[in-house]
Amino acid sequence: MVRYFLNKFFYMLVSILILITATFFLMKAIPGDPFMSEKKVPPEVQARLYQQYGLDQPVWKQYLKYMGNIAQGDLGISMKQLNQDVSGLIGKTFSASLKLGLVAIVVSVVIGVLLGMLAALYHRRLIDNLAMVIAVLGIAVPGFLVAALLQYVFSYKLHMFRVMGFTGPLDYVLPVAALSFQPIAFIARLTRSSMLEVLHAEYIKTAKAKGLSWAQIMFKHVIRNGIMPVVTYVGPMTANIVTGSVVIEQIFGIGGIGKQFVQAIGVRDYTLIMGITIFYGVLLMLARFATDILYVFIDPRVKLVGRKEG
Amino acid sequence: MKKSKSLLLMIALVLVIGTALAGCGGNKANNGNTASPTNAAGNTNTGSGDEKLAADQTLRLNMSADVPTFDPGQAQDSQSNVALKLMYEGLVRIDKDGKEGPGVAEKWDISADGLVYTFHLRDSQWSNGDPVTANDFVFAWKRVLDPATVPAPPYAQQLYYLKNAEQFNKGEIKDFSQVGVKAVDEHTLEVTLNNPTAYFLNLMSFYTYFPVHKSVEGNEKWATDPKTMITNGPFTLTNWITGQSVEYTKNDKYWDKDDIKLNKITATIVNEASTEVLSYKNGEIDRAGAPNGDIPPDQIPVLKNELPDDFTLKAIASIYYYEFNTKAEPFDNAKIRKAFSMAISRQDIVDKVTLASQVPAFGYIPPGIKGASEGSEYRNDYKDDFFKEDYTEAKKLLEEGMKEKGYTTLPPVTLIYNTSEGHKKIALAIADMWKKNLGIDVKTENQEWGVFIKNRQNGDYQVARAGWNPDYNDPMTFLDMWKTGNGNNDIKFDNAEYNKLLDDAYKEVDNTKRMESFHKAEEILIKDEMGVMPIYYYTQVSLQKPYLKGLVSQYDGTVDYSKAYLLEH
Repeated sequence: MVRYFLNKFFYMLVSILILITATFFLMKAIPGDPFMSEKKVPPEVQARLYQQYGLDQPVWKQYLKYMGNIAQGDLGISMKQLNQDVSGLIGKTFSASLKLGLVAIVVSVVIGVLLGMLAALYHRRLIDNLAMVIAVLGIAVPGFLVAALLQYVFSYKLHMFRVMGFTGPLDYVLPVAALSFQPIAFIARLTRSSMLEVLHAEYIKTAKAKGLSWAQIMFKHVIRNGIMPVVTYVGPMTANIVTGSVVIEQIFGIGGIGKQFVQAIGVRDYTLIMGITIFYGVLLMLARFATDILYVFIDPRVKLVGRKEG
Repeated sequence: MKKSKSLLLMIALVLVIGTALAGCGGNKANNGNTASPTNAAGNTNTGSGDEKLAADQTLRLNMSADVPTFDPGQAQDSQSNVALKLMYEGLVRIDKDGKEGPGVAEKWDISADGLVYTFHLRDSQWSNGDPVTANDFVFAWKRVLDPATVPAPPYAQQLYYLKNAEQFNKGEIKDFSQVGVKAVDEHTLEVTLNNPTAYFLNLMSFYTYFPVHKSVEGNEKWATDPKTMITNGPFTLTNWITGQSVEYTKNDKYWDKDDIKLNKITATIVNEASTEVLSYKNGEIDRAGAPNGDIPPDQIPVLKNELPDDFTLKAIASIYYYEFNTKAEPFDNAKIRKAFSMAISRQDIVDKVTLASQVPAFGYIPPGIKGASEGSEYRNDYKDDFFKEDYTEAKKLLEEGMKEKGYTTLPPVTLIYNTSEGHKKIALAIADMWKKNLGIDVKTENQEWGVFIKNRQNGDYQVARAGWNPDYNDPMTFLDMWKTGNGNNDIKFDNAEYNKLLDDAYKEVDNTKRMESFHKAEEILIKDEMGVMPIYYYTQVSLQKPYLKGLVSQYDGTVDYSKAYLLEH
């Protein structure tokens, strides 16, 4: 067990190191820098800026210095959002993405599973067809279009919500809807197909033959087994959603981390790009780690064993 | 080859991050429109007798980007400009007629040679109650110029008009007392300039010249937290959520607070023009569009008809043009440059592509820039009739130029522009006109902002899109960039006579003679050499509720919201 954790931890560390290194050098290789501008500043001022931020050094020196800082847990300050700590910016923007993301995940799972179950129970009937039309639409229609449509219909036409702004609980409704549209569709399809499989399984027939009530069959057997693929999907989906959707954050004016990240690349905010990359990296590695552990509890066949030596 | 390599790297970076993390969505670079139409508001007259103020004086706006910094000494963009105009008061404030009205300075004297300005400061206070003194200006200006300031203020150049300021900023002079700014006493500020500068008073309303409270010394994080921002303007920043919203509240310590009717200004931060318009139509914001927001160009014709009372279109002093690299084939030949410039229809571009009633440009200095005498405009005094669109003449010039260069066929030409739907449409339209009218196939290439800027500044291009907005209201801001060796001279223009004309203008006290020099210089740049290809003078589009009044908009499209007010509606 301990061996397994150590092993895992070692690989995580190596992956993060590779990620940091690759991002650092690729980032430096893109033309432009944080202090480029259409209107030139005097060369003396420009040189001073480079020197103050250490950009006058050879790239490998900058890399070593950066790694040194990282080792001490210092992500530095943003180069474009003046004097703001990178860790502070990540904290602020991630909390916005996280709040929105968690609501969206819960909504996606609840509605998705319900929809999928209904479709499976009423297989090849109206509800099934409707649910699957929704599912196909959800997968096919891109998020930004959904967002724009939602704004047009529910804000502009029906005046139920504000088009943009993100202060009260009501402001969550449209972004959450837009954000969970695709996962709902996906989860519904997953649930439907796996439930259908389970419903036709031998042990369900056995259960029926044993005279168990419908509710007992549903909750003890069908849902429990049918939901397995959904659990597998929820892992990556969670990571995907909480790291922030650029499009949704852009359209609804949410100060989230996805928006920050894309902006940072656009203006070559080196420290912020690196900071968010590392943050994403660690977050996703941890998520995978957690999924691995979760498997042990869900599926007794999986055992945590260290790699064989040799 | 180089371009595609950098593009590959860009893609590779996105891919690495994208796949390694599977976390981030699409990619939308949103900078690069330095001279994109910034904003306008019709100048409105205050107070006709029967106007009734609305009970809730909260102005709601949208900003298309975060304010990168609330430090006047570090600011360099249009969002900061809007914010800092609310939070700070300079020596002067531009009034609704575009004139320099009193700010912290009650009155001022200018010496006969135009070199010494003496500002007399009123009794006024910072938001924490401290008095605003002449020393606060000296402190702020020194901060901008001091080579030890971290990070180095990018707009230090704006203060180079002061005597010895440039030398001090470059470290050639160590003693700040030699720089031309002095607090004679608490209420008197004396400023000495290098040259008589006609527009210096106007600059006193520009943020780099704003005073800064002494408490910022030693606290490098002061401008990141509303609590530590001690300001002296009509409003204070009371809430700021990165990437989401800002809120300003009326400052009761402001000297002219009786003239401020708004209690609050709130702004969402949404960088999606169509959302902004929808939100405006839905009554969530009182104004949409430039300079702080955005309106999608393709909606302009629709909005014009749909909301005629709200729709505002204003000409601003900026120009959209193409740069010819005068050191790259085939544009190292003036006749070929002229041929290209004469072979397009600017009217068609503004009527069918850009759609915002821009004015076709045949010169380089836009309308709105001041002329020789009080109230006159350079562009009215000197018409921009430097060339005409004439396709037969263009073809003839092209042939002559090719003969001079010894071409039998023209080398391949690539036109580059930075990623944007608007720039793309214009580029395609122009390439099409060149094909039709000159028979030349021009390749168009879209480049990410950083890549684009780098290529242009390194002279690694043939024709490139460009835009220029003024730093101050004088033709100089458009012309000195093409002097040999100027950092902005991306066309590598190198004309001795042109350089001399501008050097003369720097020293000239007589404004009429200065304008003559500018006109001659512009003639060389456009008529004789066609170093750049003017396309149109910008307009800016905004939507403004009829009940919103009192906005002050300037020649360059910047807007001062501080004196705005809302009528009952």
